Amino acid sequence: MYQGLLAETVTIVGNGDEEIGAYLARPLGPGPFPGVLVIHHAPGWDEPTKEIARRFAAEGYIAISPNLYHRFGPDLAADDAAAAARAAGWITTEQFLGDAAGAIRFLRGLPVSTGNVGSIGYCSGGRQSFLAACELSVDAAVDCYGAFVVSSSPPELPYRMEPIIDRAPKISCPILGLFGAEDKNPSPDEVAQIDAELTRLGKEHEFHTFENAGHGFFAVDRPMYRVEAAVQGWRLILDFFGRHLR
Amino acid sequence: MCSYIVERAALTGSAKAAGMWTPITTAVVSVDHPFHATLDHALIVDFVDAGRPVSERVALELSVASARELISCMQTALDAFGEG
Repeated sequence: MYQGLLAETVTIVGNGDEEIGAYLARPLGPGPFPGVLVIHHAPGWDEPTKEIARRFAAEGYIAISPNLYHRFGPDLAADDAAAAARAAGWITTEQFLGDAAGAIRFLRGLPVSTGNVGSIGYCSGGRQSFLAACELSVDAAVDCYGAFVVSSSPPELPYRMEPIIDRAPKISCPILGLFGAEDKNPSPDEVAQIDAELTRLGKEHEFHTFENAGHGFFAVDRPMYRVEAAVQGWRLILDFFGRHLR
Repeated sequence: MCSYIVERAALTGSAKAAGMWTPITTAVVSVDHPFHATLDHALIVDFVDAGRPVSERVALELSVASARELISCMQTALDAFGEG
């Protein structure tokens, strides 16, 4: 554990060569350190997301969380940016991948970087971490209860979420999946479908489903928080990144 | 879950927040993780004036049960009033 950290907001080059803000947290010291891309959830680039980045820094990683809602207003409060994103119909997959690729480039360009980078996301970010494993150059990816990997959102909704499991043949790194047995989206049946497809494709992965936990069990500021699952989940994440990024 | 559910309604009226009245033209309605309410999921309604910054919206985050109660209450009131 590193007691001394540096955490700050930086500017990176994201999708379409546009500059966006990102939260960077790293241990003090010469390093070199592996990196972690921390993908914020749909409610926004909020304080709990930045707290996760600082946790990774304390564990010896350079963590970066790009503000995927930067274009709605770089100085907006997190809740206002999320409201703007809702009104706009969220962000595109293309924009996410471009911004995430920019964050990964930024990490690898730091003098204290080992060059190894993992990705992690929760909820909508879990789905996007799965996307990163399919489409980007990452060395390990963690999907925490990402929905709409094998399913679609209801057709009557104006903004459809399409399944992304068809991209799985392009996965180029190990995947850790953490899920709740009481989650309805992704349901245990959907998790089993993803597990089976990754096995069929010969993709290295390990999935864990926690009993007495539903969606969002890592969220310390919400009633859905489940201490046993969250504590064990953090152990699994740090073990996974330790094996694949160090 | 992050449901991505978003609906919208065109509105005619006004809303008041932080001591100021503002016209509202649109309600953006979603059911998702709230930002402030200590709930797993909430009915989230952003009352916005299309010409004004998003930070000036009037926002609601209601538990699903209380949102249903509110909808029922509004429906009852409107039914009692009739067509106007």
